[in-house]
Amino acid sequence: MNPQLLQLICFYAFGFVTVAAALSVITLKNTVHAVLALVLTFFSAACLWMLLDAEFLALALIVVYVGAVMVLFLFVVMMLDLDQEKLREGFVKFLPVGLIVAAAMLAEMLGLIGVRAMHLQVMGADPAAVAGTSNTAWLGRALYTQYLLPFEVAALILTVGVVAAVALTLRQRGDARYESASQQVKVNPRDRVRIVKMAAERPVDETPAPPQESKS
Amino acid sequence: MITLSHYIVLGAVLFCIAVAGLFINRKNVIVLLMSIELMLLAVNMNFVAFSRFLGDVSGQVFVFFILTVAAAEAAIGLAILVLLFRNRSTINIADIDSMKG
Repeated sequence: MNPQLLQLICFYAFGFVTVAAALSVITLKNTVHAVLALVLTFFSAACLWMLLDAEFLALALIVVYVGAVMVLFLFVVMMLDLDQEKLREGFVKFLPVGLIVAAAMLAEMLGLIGVRAMHLQVMGADPAAVAGTSNTAWLGRALYTQYLLPFEVAALILTVGVVAAVALTLRQRGDARYESASQQVKVNPRDRVRIVKMAAERPVDETPAPPQESKS
Repeated sequence: MITLSHYIVLGAVLFCIAVAGLFINRKNVIVLLMSIELMLLAVNMNFVAFSRFLGDVSGQVFVFFILTVAAAEAAIGLAILVLLFRNRSTINIADIDSMKG
């Protein structure tokens, strides 16, 4: 079979799945199902990016989104005790407005694209292959030279995001017992143990010795 | 033969679905967050397609950064959501009106 025709068939198949899954994200009644539909959307979008020879980003999309962000969504959705019916009460009311706005936007965008770009380029050779490298090396070379500062800033943003997320959700529980490290460090041995000097032997007394002081 | 407009049209369709999702799910914050993720995906689709068809690496680098920022945004957004649910026992937007905006 002609490889270009095969590519086109793959594009339509994955594109159809992407659009159908995206539609079910916004219409499904159960939020957990909606999250799973979003996972499918991201997965088929990653397949579409594979068709564009963007292997690194496609895999990053799967690892970062399907593997991390969507699992986080699932955790939160399952953790919260949601009243599904109450959350959907405006659904029918806002459906016409949403459809009209979306259809108008789509018509405008398609008009713009159709006028300007319908006869634009067909897919040429893979630019990474033209440069003689793989897609990952092509991307990495730009990322670590030309875009090094933005790359470091992105790392910083992620760190700030992690700290912010933990700081937001951390709560001090009143009923839990904590160890105070600073108090533990500051403690003086003399406060805890008192060494009592006493003779090793004593003449045996008739009267019983008074009870010893208990160690504090 | 795949052309650039195939991918742009797909991105436009995804973006419009996400906008419709913002309108019709006005009560559920989680679906709103997911609609925003869909919008970012639509934009990323355009970036990757343009990068591939114009042979410029900058588009794919930009998608990389968008993924980074979107992951941080999702983490903080969900943390705020958890906090909100803990304090108000609801994530219905209509009930979140303590600031009287």
